Amino acid sequence: MGTSIRKAEDLIKYRQRLLSSRGADEQWVTVCTSGCSAYGANKLIPAFLESIAKRGLAEKVRVKATGCHGFCQRGPLVVIQPRGLFYQQMRVEDVDEVVEQTLAKGEIVERLIYKEGELQSFEQEEDVPFYKNQMRLLLKHNSNIDPTSIDDYIGIGGYAALANVLGKMKPEEVCRTIKSSGLRGRGGGGFPTGIKWETCRAAPSEDGVRYIVCNADEGDPGAFMDRALLEGNPHSVIEGMIIGAWAIGHPGRPAGYVYVRNEYPLAVERLGIALNQARESGLLGKNILGSGMDFDIRINKGGGAFVCGESTALMASIEGHVGEPRAKHIHTVESGLYDKPTNLNNVETWANVPLIINQGVEWYTSIGTGDVSQNPWGGSKGTKIFALVGKVNHTGLVEVPMGTTLRKIVFEIGNGIIGGKKFKAVQTGGPSGGCLPESKLDLEVDFDALSEAGSMMGSGGMIVMDETTCMVDVARYFIHFLADESCGKCTTCREGLKQLGSIIDRICDGKGKDGDLELLADLSQTVSEASLCALGQTAPNPLLSTLRYFKEEYQEHIHDKKCRAKVCKALISYSIVSENCTGCMICAKKCPEQAITGKKKEVHVLDDAKCIRCGICMDVCTYDAVRVD
Amino acid sequence: MDTNKLESILDRHDRDPAALLAILQDIQAEENYLPKEDIKAVAKKLNLPLSRIYSLATFFSSFSLEPRGKHICTVCMGTACHVRGASSLVDHIGRELDVQAGDTTADMQVTLETVNCVGACAMGPLLIMDGEYHGNMTVSGLDRLLKPFTKTKE
Amino acid sequence: MAEKNENKVSFKIDGRSYEGVKGESLLAAIRRYGYEVPSLCYHEAVSSYGACRLCLVEVQEGRRRKLTTSCNYPLQDGIEVFLDTEKVVHNRKMVFKLLLAMAPEAQSVRELAADHGVIDTPFEINKGNKCIDCGLCARVCKEIVEADAIGFSGRGLSKQMVSPYDEANEACIGCGACVVVCPTDCIGMKEENGIRSIVRWHRDLPMKKCKVCGRPFAPTFQLNHFADQIKIERSFFDSCQDCR
Repeated sequence: MGTSIRKAEDLIKYRQRLLSSRGADEQWVTVCTSGCSAYGANKLIPAFLESIAKRGLAEKVRVKATGCHGFCQRGPLVVIQPRGLFYQQMRVEDVDEVVEQTLAKGEIVERLIYKEGELQSFEQEEDVPFYKNQMRLLLKHNSNIDPTSIDDYIGIGGYAALANVLGKMKPEEVCRTIKSSGLRGRGGGGFPTGIKWETCRAAPSEDGVRYIVCNADEGDPGAFMDRALLEGNPHSVIEGMIIGAWAIGHPGRPAGYVYVRNEYPLAVERLGIALNQARESGLLGKNILGSGMDFDIRINKGGGAFVCGESTALMASIEGHVGEPRAKHIHTVESGLYDKPTNLNNVETWANVPLIINQGVEWYTSIGTGDVSQNPWGGSKGTKIFALVGKVNHTGLVEVPMGTTLRKIVFEIGNGIIGGKKFKAVQTGGPSGGCLPESKLDLEVDFDALSEAGSMMGSGGMIVMDETTCMVDVARYFIHFLADESCGKCTTCREGLKQLGSIIDRICDGKGKDGDLELLADLSQTVSEASLCALGQTAPNPLLSTLRYFKEEYQEHIHDKKCRAKVCKALISYSIVSENCTGCMICAKKCPEQAITGKKKEVHVLDDAKCIRCGICMDVCTYDAVRVD
Repeated sequence: MDTNKLESILDRHDRDPAALLAILQDIQAEENYLPKEDIKAVAKKLNLPLSRIYSLATFFSSFSLEPRGKHICTVCMGTACHVRGASSLVDHIGRELDVQAGDTTADMQVTLETVNCVGACAMGPLLIMDGEYHGNMTVSGLDRLLKPFTKTKE
Repeated sequence: MAEKNENKVSFKIDGRSYEGVKGESLLAAIRRYGYEVPSLCYHEAVSSYGACRLCLVEVQEGRRRKLTTSCNYPLQDGIEVFLDTEKVVHNRKMVFKLLLAMAPEAQSVRELAADHGVIDTPFEINKGNKCIDCGLCARVCKEIVEADAIGFSGRGLSKQMVSPYDEANEACIGCGACVVVCPTDCIGMKEENGIRSIVRWHRDLPMKKCKVCGRPFAPTFQLNHFADQIKIERSFFDSCQDCR
């Protein structure tokens, strides 16, 4: 596959050849093998291949292991292309029927179709409400292309932007275009990408070396947008980076790095394959598209350190040192990797670049909020991918225009709270962000609105919480997470997080006292004002936002020794509901501390002193006979 | 590790100190952990201070300086998995196999590790057993998965 | 002459004008003019690290004003520095409280804190600890002695200064520079029975006895290391510096 692409015309000819050689009745089955692998989706691939071969359809039907399709709640997801037929919750047992009915005869297997209520069924992927309410500019190709096929990428118009830039547009012009588009960093910083590119380009480099880095160290727990892009459409990121190399580093000696978390082995694998294909086609390497620019990209795998998502720590790690950030009085665009001017952007930011070049600034700026005609800080343009997870019915990846309200994302696309429970909060921005309550649901999600409310957009994690979530426990979770991930260099972050954790642990253990909340607030202020890097500076945000909007819960924990969400173990107790108990003995058997006694068919008794509040008895009881207070 | 194997790992990365992280990752991929002799050998062969290699090996969570079990069981502790009860899973495994997070069972069969998010947040709580992902993990699901290992305990 | 002017910069401290060298440590410049700013992890002989967070000041760059540590802030032309603003003092006191809780055994920290009005701490005490993770010992060992025998292990709360594997490291020459530079005196050095021990690094080195006066004066290993480094005969160190 692939071909030698020495100039723009080669690309155009190759694409035409690919499209015309496609059979009129050719079909392809796209199976998500990203997150859906946790549902056993990987087994679907060999099952399909076998079944297709058995029916002699192998010449006409391809099977593609793709990246995340987005509607994770309904996985395993399979889309029959090119018709766009959407099958959900597919099992290996369903494969033969799908091959027989759909691929061979063109008929639909009804039970695999997405339905809402009794009457509404949605066969086409684009009609499924979850998708219809989104604007899937970046993610839509995930259910169409094979990420390990450069042919597939070229077939959908891939690398056309590159061919229109290299040798055709002046580098400064490319920078200006990105600046005018208003594109802002999708990793969380929200810094205008075009300004970053211009500053890096202008920074002096004696030997012409400038580094183009992709930050794929997506460490925010609950966020997997970048994973989906790298596993589903790695070429889009590569194309963005090559365009960036031209804009920032040409003429000169630009060199590229992608720093990927080692917890994403599939992303590393598919990115590696894509890079090799790009090289073999001549799109990476020497004299790309006859432009005179040499450029290649290396992959660096992380070692399991959240702090390496911070740009200076990331660069230290690439240089073979521990991921300790440094003070940024001198910015990395001037002196970064190996003290050279370095432009670092997030995966999603890079993926937006070919889109902007292809569709133009006018189109891109029509999407989103604000006015960027005077300067890119004036608004938030384009789409943003969010990872909608937690207590929401439709979990998965959601791509919407900037400015969409939280309410729309959680209730229209997310379809509201599981089990009809009451919405309590949505956490955005990962460990650097905050929790927003119901009163903020009509916020238009963009860089500036969220910061004003005490949170931030961050990389895109959106965790929905309901009445069964304890907000004090959430703050505690994030503090311990950051204390664990802190590089440990500066006193305020290392010791500050330790002490914040210590105080909040006491509160959750029922040992909170007067003055604790004031001390938490006071210490938080120092941690955010005096820490060396953004990890420490933003670390108190989850705590501060929960103190701002959910103070009553803290006060209940401290003064009433009560946890209204029934989460904090020291503040709850389990008991048997005698009216419902049938004496089946299952809970007694499963109890790890043998805290439940009772003979068969007799009402059981739970010994509170032995109970460790593991909740197993409640999980296994089918008679609703265990309660927690 | 056999010295020729170590040499080929170093050569694979051009014996470049900048590639230390990748070198250590390759060693752990071979040996299932980072043996002391190998760490010392890397320092010697690349003429780098032992303290630097040791700092790297202990800074990054993915490395283990202690031998690990035949089976690696990783529980995701990301936020989405946390609100769906990931810590109870860790506690439960700890009770069933008598092992703490970060440690290996006495019979060297299972190492229990935690990781801060693997990016499968919609199917939390998530557990990875020997590279295979298991989503929506429950206590009963755990019991089934751990059966081969708890048998030996009883 | 032109080069000299390029490197000279003008800046202000609390409203008064001063001159300095472009890129030099702001803390060094401030102290040169007699102002006092506390610090624990800074030493002019080695690179700045920015760990303790005591040397906080406020710096005005054009329209932007920020709170920053001064040891690792590179001096620039036209900046205005403010030393004891409310923000600086408040945060510094909190840092002292954190340090008191972290290293209750460190007398020097206690004294410095008291000088700045901090006597006790509302935080949980880490009993028995003296080290404040300032990293000076490792930086001196690496940048000046060039032995690079110690380093931080782990990260976050498990971050500790150790000799690798918490065993004696043969790279350590027993010079004791780390002991001298440590601001809390937590490393420990003993000389008993002709053996010098650097306690924290478990390094025990037999000392060489002077050929002339018989006094054990330095570890043999260290002397051999120096002799080899500067390429002279090891026998040069057969007698101690007094008898040489």
